[in-house]
Amino acid sequence: MALDLQELRRFVDVVLQSNPGDHFTTLGIAVEAVEHHHVQMSMPYRESLIGDPDTGVLHGGAITALLDTCCGFAAATALDDLGMTPTIDLRIDYMRAATPGKSVIADAEVYRVSESVIFTRALAHHGDVQHPIASAVGNFFRMESALFEEMRREFRRAEATEGGA
Amino acid sequence: MTDDFQARIDRVPYARTLGIQMINEDGCFLLPARKSNIGNPTLPALHGGAIAGFMELSAMIHVLSQGGSDSTPKIVDFAVDFVRAGKFEETFCRCELVFFGRKMINVSITAWQDDPGRPIAKARAQFLVKD
Repeated sequence: MALDLQELRRFVDVVLQSNPGDHFTTLGIAVEAVEHHHVQMSMPYRESLIGDPDTGVLHGGAITALLDTCCGFAAATALDDLGMTPTIDLRIDYMRAATPGKSVIADAEVYRVSESVIFTRALAHHGDVQHPIASAVGNFFRMESALFEEMRREFRRAEATEGGA
Repeated sequence: MTDDFQARIDRVPYARTLGIQMINEDGCFLLPARKSNIGNPTLPALHGGAIAGFMELSAMIHVLSQGGSDSTPKIVDFAVDFVRAGKFEETFCRCELVFFGRKMINVSITAWQDDPGRPIAKARAQFLVKD
């Protein structure tokens, strides 16, 4: 079965927003775009994510979590059907501090898909990719699609129930 | 000294968000099992980003605690290998200074849960410090 990108976007929305108080909502990550081999996400400036109280600059760890999330879902756009892609490894280069008060945008792309590994890279920026805050490369595990059969069934059942209500 | 450092750590909002605690001055830190660090509620499992952020922040605090410098070290790059899923449990890490130069500092970080011999992640962080 071919991957339905609109369904994946709805799935990403559910993962990011349906568990108030989890790490996604603590960071405030939202999906902006889901395309084949590309995902864009945003993270608002929040006081709770500041790493340097003297300057108000966000901690690198929050940027790392945003880039991990964005790369991970970009990897999911390379699957044959709805599924998850565990992170194998991730490297982040910090080019400049995020500007206090500004949202951080992440753009992640898939540049190679092999039998078991999906290779991604990403940039974090404030709207201009020519002035990145950080860049990332991350590799993700492409697991057997059958492992996510139950997850897909549950997600589709919940959507059908909501649609009918 | 550990208590003094914990007070400094608690001034950092992101550190309070994660709930990081300094265990000792040898570079050991704790990430408590908090709902706000969960990435997968079904398993449930910690968010890889929370684990990575915990390791990165631990490395930074360790540099501060060893260096006697008051200026915050700047993170240059950070790389993490995830080898096991992080269960919804207490997570520990140990930081080790690989290189402590006048400008560049390299830290190796290992994170585990129930068994130090079975790490869930290994990371390295490179920092720049100002004279």
